[in-house]
Amino acid sequence: MRPTDTRNPEYFHKVVDCQYACPAHTPVPEYIRLIARQRYTEAYLVNWESNVFPGILGRTCDRPCEPACRRGRVEPEPVAICRLKRVAADNKGDISPWLPDIPATKNGKRIALIGAGPAALTVARDLMPLGYTIHLYDENPKAGGFMRSQIPSFRLPESVLDEEVDRILDMGVDALLSQRVESLRSLLEKDYDAVFVGTGAPRGRDLDLPGREQAGANVHIGINWLANVAFEHTAKIGKRVVVLGGGNTAMDCCRTARRLGGEEVTITVRSSYEAMKASPWEKEDAQREGIPFLPDHTPLEFVIEEGRLVGMRFDRVESVYDENGKRSLVSTGEEPVFVAADDVLVAVGQEVAFPWIEDDCGIEFDRWNQPVVDKATFQSTNERVFFGGDAAFGPENVITAVAHGHQAAVSIDLFLTGRDMLADRPAPGTHLFSTKMGIHEWSYDSAVTPDERFDVPHLDNATALKDRKAEVELGFDTEIGFAEAQRCLNCDVQTVFFDSKCIECDSCVDICPTNCITFTDNGDEDDLRKRLMAPADDRNQALYVSDSLAQTGRVMVKDENVCLHCGLCAERCPTAAWDMQQYMYSVTKAAPIIKIDATAIGLPSVAARAAKA
Amino acid sequence: MSYIKPQFRHPQLPANERGFTRTAYEGLISTLCAGCGHDSISAAIIQACWELSLEPHRIAKVSGIGCSSKSPTYFLNKSHGFNSVHGRMPSVATGAYAANHELTYIGVSGDGDSASIGMGQFAHVVRRNINMLYMVENNGCYGLTKGQDSATADEGSKSRTGQINPFENIDLVGVALEIGATFVARSFSGDKQQLVPLIKAAIAHRGFALIDVISPCVTFNNHHGSTKSYDYTREHVQAGNIVDFVPSETEITANYEEGASHNVALHDGSRLNLVKTTTDYDPGDRRNAIAALQDSRANNQILTGLIYIDPEEPDFHQMMKIANTPLNKIEMSTLCPGTSTLTDINQSLK
Ligand SMILES: Cc1cc2nc3c(=O)[nH]c(=O)nc-3n(C[C@H](O)[C@H](O)[C@H](O)COP(=O)(O)OP(=O)(O)OC[C@H]3O[C@@H](n4cnc5c(N)ncnc54)[C@H](O)[C@@H]3O)c2cc1C
Ligand SMILES: Cc1ncc(C[n+]2csc(CCOP(=O)(O)OP(=O)(O)O)c2C)c(N)n1
Ligand code: SF4
Ligand code: SF4
Ligand code: SF4
Ligand SMILES: [Mg+2]
Repeated sequence: MRPTDTRNPEYFHKVVDCQYACPAHTPVPEYIRLIARQRYTEAYLVNWESNVFPGILGRTCDRPCEPACRRGRVEPEPVAICRLKRVAADNKGDISPWLPDIPATKNGKRIALIGAGPAALTVARDLMPLGYTIHLYDENPKAGGFMRSQIPSFRLPESVLDEEVDRILDMGVDALLSQRVESLRSLLEKDYDAVFVGTGAPRGRDLDLPGREQAGANVHIGINWLANVAFEHTAKIGKRVVVLGGGNTAMDCCRTARRLGGEEVTITVRSSYEAMKASPWEKEDAQREGIPFLPDHTPLEFVIEEGRLVGMRFDRVESVYDENGKRSLVSTGEEPVFVAADDVLVAVGQEVAFPWIEDDCGIEFDRWNQPVVDKATFQSTNERVFFGGDAAFGPENVITAVAHGHQAAVSIDLFLTGRDMLADRPAPGTHLFSTKMGIHEWSYDSAVTPDERFDVPHLDNATALKDRKAEVELGFDTEIGFAEAQRCLNCDVQTVFFDSKCIECDSCVDICPTNCITFTDNGDEDDLRKRLMAPADDRNQALYVSDSLAQTGRVMVKDENVCLHCGLCAERCPTAAWDMQQYMYSVTKAAPIIKIDATAIGLPSVAARAAKA
Repeated sequence: MSYIKPQFRHPQLPANERGFTRTAYEGLISTLCAGCGHDSISAAIIQACWELSLEPHRIAKVSGIGCSSKSPTYFLNKSHGFNSVHGRMPSVATGAYAANHELTYIGVSGDGDSASIGMGQFAHVVRRNINMLYMVENNGCYGLTKGQDSATADEGSKSRTGQINPFENIDLVGVALEIGATFVARSFSGDKQQLVPLIKAAIAHRGFALIDVISPCVTFNNHHGSTKSYDYTREHVQAGNIVDFVPSETEITANYEEGASHNVALHDGSRLNLVKTTTDYDPGDRRNAIAALQDSRANNQILTGLIYIDPEEPDFHQMMKIANTPLNKIEMSTLCPGTSTLTDINQSLK
């Protein structure tokens, strides 16, 4: 193999598994260390700079970082990254001195944002410090998008949502609420320099089955129903409720129904229990509230008696997978199952809908009715119109919407200042520096000990089910927060190898607890992977290969997969051919977001970002 | 500040025939200098014992005094161990072996421990053909006492403070050949590919097995002018026989070139395949071995590999006709048959 080019910003970035997996690339280990040092305000700011909604995400994030977390490779459970974010948000101090200044004199450019969800709010936050005039349209009376209308208050208290949404609106955004945009053409005629579409995926699917029409008002589209609950148009539901669907929307529907008078609430899913789309923790939370799941049930009809809905009938099915892994549901031939219900909530998916975009606006749609959007710039086929969040590529989650928002903001700024959106796009900010402080001393806590993940305490069921707004998860206190933070392996502290210093004494090979390092003759990747000290069959994890070494001509090969970042290789190396160096990686943003001189207060990463932007 | 070895290991570590991973053969974290060759030798012992599927509790480690002699703490911490007096490990090993020949004995010594203070003991443990692996972790100096020249330092080698060693050196390989050792090898801590199979062969050999391992002292003897440094050793190594250890149950599958390999059958049914790199070399010929050693020395080279083996020679236990049952398994009444038996013996000797 060729020597690894560690100057490529993506190489070490990929080693920080959690940060790499996070769509917004939040510097996870850095904020976890700050939590361990009880510097909650700084931990919050590192998050806010990167993901805009730390308090919200610390409660609701889909957490793609956690399955990626390295800790999960040596222990059953990853670090509770998401819940640590909440610890920072719950315990932070005053952040106002850090917030960016908003120019009093505007730069003369006007931008319309349609939909006030996380994508559009991110665009607003990133562009306000540059002096743009921003009009934010939303059909609802309050901003927040699905974070407000869909995510129930028992998972996300209104006060947390308000705080983080208002912080952006208070930068001087013109929020045009309760105003649905009915025509893109007329909006474009209003002389906006750019338009960002962040309208989400607002159309919930219905189920056209026998009895649907007669069942009428007792069948509800899940997302519409949740929005009605959130905006207090709906306060009750029948005693017996059937929820159709196995995703997170279904989980929110059933748990909300339990709080609005539903006593026997049942989840029915066509798939197997294992194949359900909902996150494991959402399933657990629903089960903890006494909600039974009926997997492998395909709905056949709404059962109507005397003109009223009385329940639903289901066919028992089995999931059969063909050799390509494609699933088909095959009836078991058993008698259909009847489940009694006063109300049915349909949570079987949602999609984008653009009835308000006229054909002559220059926006092309593909054959799935998705707008044609550039994956790097988020620009549509009308150069003035950008898309992001669920509206761009279909339903995802809050953190993905934020990531889109950052990139759309960069593109809009480049576009409106006459620069090329790709060629002139700033590179991500990076910074690599040694953590060495003494012979066995590093500026991070390098010792690695077995510690199992802590559970987040929950409100008791009786209290929780009485009040739709009572938050169920209580969060870690600062003590557990510290203990959980200590589980982090500091994957951003990289093992950096200097081949010219190595005397091939093998000490690093011998000490490495997880046998990451091998000195051997070079070969191609397949060949090398077979000749290492320990199995190295996860091809998603890089091999770090050195140049050939002076004494024997062999190469150093390190499998990044299960490195614990314990620093022992560097401690055992007599010539400092290994060093533990902290790597900062910051996604390109339109403007510096944190105001105070970050180096002065010991936040090198924020400083690096500010310098780069 | 760390210096704690994490308990986590690679989740897919392979298990040996006894179901153990390498972890079962590890010891405490080393306190030797970073970069010390002795640590690599410890790692090679761990690897060899794991590959041989030995049971850790059926191994006894014995050592003298020195950095090298400390190192048994850093491997096999589920085995028996005796850290003895400077240069006196052979006596302890001899006693232990006489009492219980069923254990595997691994002796670890240094060049100071064996070639200076322990030279006398060394000579006799060789002659007696105690069934053990005897490792000399040879760094040409007294590491533990801050790097004074040892008796294996080459004439002309420069110490860290700049003095040239005026004395002839003792080559323990030559000494062992001379006084009848039945397994003699030399290796280098920086070459596990050679060292691990040699350790396996030495453990399988019935009788005394010396491996003199050049093991650079990174703190006191790894500078320019030293003849025991990493780079000097690498430049001057002459790899002799490369040993491929074949356990008894295994069929020979590797293909060796016609005439390029030599087979040695060991008493336990395992075999050594000796792949020759240079000329035809018969490791069963002691005179030939001594000549090869002299030749390489004359060429300013360090001969490594398996230099001599005699798998047939009876070991101490057989020579002394010691009871086959280890002492700790013999009934007290048999071991100490009482006054009347003693009287009978005494009577018979009158
Ligand atoms: C029930 C449910 C629970 C969820 N839970 C989570 C969770 O726990 N964690 C998570 O990360 N994600 C969750 N999601 C997904 C997440 O809410 C969305 O992916 C995310 O909010 C998308 O953000 P966005 O900015 O694209 O738009 P959205 O948040 O969807 O906001 C779009 C806004 O635009 C408004 N709008 C639409 N059309 C117009 C128009 N023509 N004029 C004016 N306004 C308009 C909409 O009313 C809405 O307010 C959940 C989704 C659902 C349905
Ligand atoms: C009887 C006695 N004499 C002297 C010493 C001092 N001493 C300790 S270690 C050592 C030399 C060790 O050299 P070596 O065996 O080569 O081991 P190394 O440290 O080089 O591995 C000496 C002389 C001692 N401990 N006991
Ligand atoms: S151990 Fe820490 S840095 Fe590594 S992946 Fe997990 S959370 Fe991220
Ligand atoms: S930091 Fe070094 S010693 Fe520790 S696990 Fe990684 S490679 Fe091994
Ligand atoms: S410990 Fe240092 S000098 Fe020794 S092999 Fe490893 S990198 Fe090279
Ligand atoms: Mg020595």
